[in-house]
Amino acid sequence: MKRVQYSNPILPYALLLPQLAIVAVFFLWPAVEAVRASFYLEDPFGFGSTFVGLENFKDTLTNSQYARTARFTLIFTVLVAFFSLSIALLLAVKADKVIRGAGSYRTLLMWVYAIAPPVAGLLGVMLFDQHIGPLTELARSLGWNLQVGVTPFDTAFVMVITAVWKQIPVNFIFFLSGLQSVPKSVQEAAAIDCRSGTRRFWTVTFPLLAPTGFFLLIINITYALFDTFGIVDLVVKGEPGNNPITLVYKVFVDGFRGNDLGGSSAQSVILMVLVFLLTVFQFRMIERRVHYN
Amino acid sequence: MKKVQLLDHAVLILGALFMLVPVTLAFMTSTHDAMSVYKDGLQMTWGGHFTDTYKTVLTEASGFTKSVTGLTMLYNSMILGFGFAIGKIVISMLAAYAIVYFRFRFGVFFFWVIFTTLLLPLEVRILPSYEIVQGLGMMNSYSGLIIPLIASATGTFYFRQFFKSVPDELVEAARIDGAGPVKFFIDILVPLSKTMIAAIFIIMFVYGWNQYLWPTLITTDETFFTLVRGMKQILAVWVGAQIPETNQAMALAVLAMLPPVVIVVIFQSWFVKGLVESEK
Repeated sequence: MKRVQYSNPILPYALLLPQLAIVAVFFLWPAVEAVRASFYLEDPFGFGSTFVGLENFKDTLTNSQYARTARFTLIFTVLVAFFSLSIALLLAVKADKVIRGAGSYRTLLMWVYAIAPPVAGLLGVMLFDQHIGPLTELARSLGWNLQVGVTPFDTAFVMVITAVWKQIPVNFIFFLSGLQSVPKSVQEAAAIDCRSGTRRFWTVTFPLLAPTGFFLLIINITYALFDTFGIVDLVVKGEPGNNPITLVYKVFVDGFRGNDLGGSSAQSVILMVLVFLLTVFQFRMIERRVHYN
Repeated sequence: MKKVQLLDHAVLILGALFMLVPVTLAFMTSTHDAMSVYKDGLQMTWGGHFTDTYKTVLTEASGFTKSVTGLTMLYNSMILGFGFAIGKIVISMLAAYAIVYFRFRFGVFFFWVIFTTLLLPLEVRILPSYEIVQGLGMMNSYSGLIIPLIASATGTFYFRQFFKSVPDELVEAARIDGAGPVKFFIDILVPLSKTMIAAIFIIMFVYGWNQYLWPTLITTDETFFTLVRGMKQILAVWVGAQIPETNQAMALAVLAMLPPVVIVVIFQSWFVKGLVESEK
C-alpha cells in the first residue's frame, strides 16, 4: 500500500460501492446459493425442496456417467494442455531466434487469440464435416472414416484439435515474452560454454522459462475445463447423446435440460473446489516467482 | 548456420499456416454460392459472390434466424463488447483507487471480498446466477447481459497493481499543491493510466465480444442475440437444411471474428503488453 494515503469519511465507500454491489448480487449470492442448493433435493415442478445432506454428492460421485465424463475431462485437459503448450513453446523458440520477419511471425501466430471458442467450434465442425469437410476427405484418403458426432473418438479428436488451435496463441505470447526477458548476458555466457543449441535450450533457457511454464499450465487447465464450453457445445451440435462431454458441459446439461438442480449444484460445488485449489496453487506459484526475481 | 535458419523459418511458416488456413477457408467459402459449396465442399479460392452473401446475411432475416439480421447481431455484439469493456474499466478503476489510495475502515476486508471473485469463474455458479438474473427481471436485456459479467474483479486487480507502481511522490506533491482526492484522480492518475486503460480495454472488449455461455442463457429473444451467441442457431439450421447455406454460415462466422481480430492485430503491442503485464 501507499505511504501517503487520503482519508475521507465517505469517498472510499462511494468509490467501492458499484463494484461491491455487483460482486454481492451477481457473485456472492449465486455462489452461496449454489452451495445451498447442493444440499437440497428440488422438486422439478417447483413445489419446495427437501434437505438431503450429502445425498446429491453421493449420487453424483457414484454415478457411472459422471465418472465417465470426469475421465474424459481429465484426458481432454491433459491433451489440450500438452499439445498447445509444446507447440507454442516450439514456435516461440523459433520466433525468438529468427531475425527476418520476426514481427510478421508474431502477428500471424497470435491473432487467433481474438476468435471466440464457439466460432472456432463452428470452423472445426465445418472442416471435419462428413460431406464438405476437406479434413474428413484427407482422413478418408488415409483410410480413416472420420465421423464427428457418431464415433465418440472422432468427436473427441475434433474437440481436442479445435481447443489446441484456439489456445496456442496465448501460450505463444507468454512464452515469447518469457524468452525475450532472458538476459542477453546469460545467453552469451551459455553460448560460450556450450556449442550445442539443443543442449543450451534444455539446460539454460528451459529452466529459466519454468515459472512461465507453470503459470501457463494452470491457465491451460482452467481453459480446458471451462472456456472450451463453446467448442464442446458446437462440436456435439448441442446434442450430447453418447458423445464425450466435459464436466462443465454436464453441469449445464443436467441443470438446464435435465432439471436436476440438486445434482447440477453438487457438480458445481465439486468444480468450485477444484478451481479453488488450482487458484490457490497458482497464487503460490506467482509468489514464488516474485521471490526468484 | 544458413540451413538452421531455413529450418526455423519452415517451422514458423507451418505454424502460421496452421493458424491461417481454417479462417481463410471460412472466408473463401463465404464468397461462393450455397450450391457450389454443397457440391464441391469448402473452398480455398475466391468465388465472386462476396457482395451477395454478405448483403444477404447483413440485411435479410434469412434462414438462420427468424427475426434478426446479421446487422442486428453485429450491433448487439458491439454493445456487449463496448458496454462490458467500458463498464468494467470505470467500475474497477474507482474500486482500485479506493483500495490503493485511501485508509479507511474495512478497507482490507472489502479487498478480500472482491478478491474472492477471482476464485470462481461464472461457469461454476451458472445456474443460481441465471435464477437471480431471471428473478430480477433482467432476462433479454443489455444490462442482464453485461452487468453480471462485470462481477469478476480481474480489472480491479490490474489497476491495483498499476496504481501501486505509481510513485508516491506524486500524491505528496499533489497534496502540497492542495489537490484533493478527486482532483488527483482526474488530473493526474487517469492521464497516467492511459496506456494501461487502452491495453485493458482491448482485452476486455475481446472478452466481452466473445462471451458465449452467459448470452446463451440470458437472451432467448432473438433481437438480443450477439453474433457469437448466434453460432449455435446457425449450426442447428445448417445441419437441418436440405442444401445448407454454408456460404452464409461462414459469412456470419467471419463477421463474428472480424472486429476482435482487427483490434488485436492493430493494437498488438498494447494488447500483448497488457496481457503479459496484467498476469504478473
